[in-house]
Amino acid sequence: MQRYLLSRAVQSVLLLLGVIVLVFFLVRLTGDPARLMAPREASAQDIAELRALMGYDRPLPVQFADFFSGAIRGDFGNSVHYRAPAMALVVTRLPATVELALSALLFAVLVGVPLGVIGGSNPGSIWDSLARGVGLIGQTVPNFWIALIFILVFSVNLGWLPSFGRGHWNSIVLPAVSLGLFPLGQIVRLMRSAVLEIRGEDYIRTAYSKGINDRRIYVAHVFRNAAIPLVSMLGVQFGYLLGGSIYIETIFAWPGLGRMIAESVAARDFPLVQAVAVFTSLVVVAMNLLTDVAYALIDPRIRYDK
Amino acid sequence: MTGCVTCLTRACDGKEGKRLVSILEVSDLAVEFNTIEGVVHAVNGVSFSLDSRETLGIVGESGSGKSVSMMSLLRLIPEPPGRIRSGSAWFDSSKGRVDLLSLSKTKRAAVRGRDIGFVFQDPMSSLNPLMTVGEQIAESMRLHLELGDREARTRTVELLDRVGIPAAAERYGNYPHQFSGGMRQRVMIAIAIACGPKLLIADEPTTALDVTVQAQILDLVKSLRDELGLAVIWISHDLGVVAGLADRVIVMYGGLVAECASVDELYEQPRHPYTEGLLEALPRVDQDRGEELRSIEGTPPDLYTAPGACPFAPRCSYTFDRCRREVPPRYVVNNGHDTACFYDLAERRPRSE
Repeated sequence: MQRYLLSRAVQSVLLLLGVIVLVFFLVRLTGDPARLMAPREASAQDIAELRALMGYDRPLPVQFADFFSGAIRGDFGNSVHYRAPAMALVVTRLPATVELALSALLFAVLVGVPLGVIGGSNPGSIWDSLARGVGLIGQTVPNFWIALIFILVFSVNLGWLPSFGRGHWNSIVLPAVSLGLFPLGQIVRLMRSAVLEIRGEDYIRTAYSKGINDRRIYVAHVFRNAAIPLVSMLGVQFGYLLGGSIYIETIFAWPGLGRMIAESVAARDFPLVQAVAVFTSLVVVAMNLLTDVAYALIDPRIRYDK
Repeated sequence: MTGCVTCLTRACDGKEGKRLVSILEVSDLAVEFNTIEGVVHAVNGVSFSLDSRETLGIVGESGSGKSVSMMSLLRLIPEPPGRIRSGSAWFDSSKGRVDLLSLSKTKRAAVRGRDIGFVFQDPMSSLNPLMTVGEQIAESMRLHLELGDREARTRTVELLDRVGIPAAAERYGNYPHQFSGGMRQRVMIAIAIACGPKLLIADEPTTALDVTVQAQILDLVKSLRDELGLAVIWISHDLGVVAGLADRVIVMYGGLVAECASVDELYEQPRHPYTEGLLEALPRVDQDRGEELRSIEGTPPDLYTAPGACPFAPRCSYTFDRCRREVPPRYVVNNGHDTACFYDLAERRPRSE
């Protein structure tokens, strides 16, 4: 177990270092940062000055060494737009995004897991049709479109829920449901097919042959086995949601990371773009690592692997 | 189903005048499966009885309905697509004589594992990979015998020890993947006998194991049977295994009972052409080297049509027109031996009626 976790942790660190390198060079690939940052009417002289000011006139290896040594300490330089440390800005946006991501995932799990399990254990029933319908809709309907429909119906026409901002307790409902719809579809489909498959496993027949009742069969035997794929999917989904949703946060004016990505790219705020990119990677990698830990806790076959 | 079902009546006039008590009487069991291609008539009216402490071997090739008919007794086939079309299965449970096929769900669960233990074919997939083997054995004892956690654990360790798991106490907390195939089958057997059942149904329990392990499992089941006074139904396609274990043998073909006889008589005087063919197909030690092994020409029936003829007729060398028109009843050969064949193998001529 320790060896498994240690190797996964080492892999995660290497992955993050790779991301830092990639972020640095990908930004350079988009062209001369000074030219991109400068206003359109700036003269060549102005651009050269800006370049020198930002340190972009130095040789690439020197710039990289500088960026890298800062990055591993969490220092990504100052945001051009906000004139404040980029990473600190990112961190201030985190609570809003975490709140939204958790709410969306909670909605998806609370609706998706029971619906998937009921559908999968009663194939062909009305519940099964419902589960399949929700799975299909959740995965195919674009969330920015459903977000607009929600605003139209629940904010504009019915006036039940606020359509933007993060002030009131109920302002999270629409963004969370819109954002949670896709993971909901995935969870329903996954649970339905997992339960359907596990029901037919030989060990479930063994459990029935022991005289175990339906309830215990599902709780102790079916659900635990179905939890393995669920956990790995939740980890990936949560990591993805923590990166912030550009569409949903923009539509609902939700002050999170997703909106910051959109803003920093629009403002060509390179230090901020780099900080957000590295930070979201960090979150995704960390979630994957946590998933692996959870995975090992549930499945003994992984726990004991060399 | 017409005919003289001697296997049913044998219980009352058993050997040496001793009245044996039949603990299971199955009559006219029929099971079908609804598939996309049509209805598969898997079992088409199977009748047999089983005495207490008797070992009944059920042989037949894949698709002959042997596993499906035995699993149907405890309704362990998936329904749907499976459906029990007809039949009854009276069984002496710990709560009195009951028809297994018409029991309520709750009462059926009380018989499963408690009065009838089941061992399945593939030990690699028959144990829950996420539950310790000890827990999987203790689970049914806590349920049926209402044992507390500590009692169930103590008894589980005893069982593990009894079925030949070394260092049983330490193995309690192990997971199935830490066991070999043979060890897992021992665990399956421990599960099956945990609550002190009367009947053990073993569905090809040695098929997935290598030969030396097969012999060990066979010995284990024999010693447990004698020690615990179990009746055993042993499903197999291996005539050699059945010969060394069973008292009586049922040969199944196309979802029907082809022949039923005591083990000695079946191997010495088979009265059904299919049984005869099976025995001739067995390789023998005294066979001349270089002699080709015999086989039965043709393939098993597809069972998509309900039987209106002898299912073996297309492959049988004794077939005459009646075989293609009617399903043969089970003709009595002698007390305890019957064959579902219109041709009298002993007299070498069709039966006259």
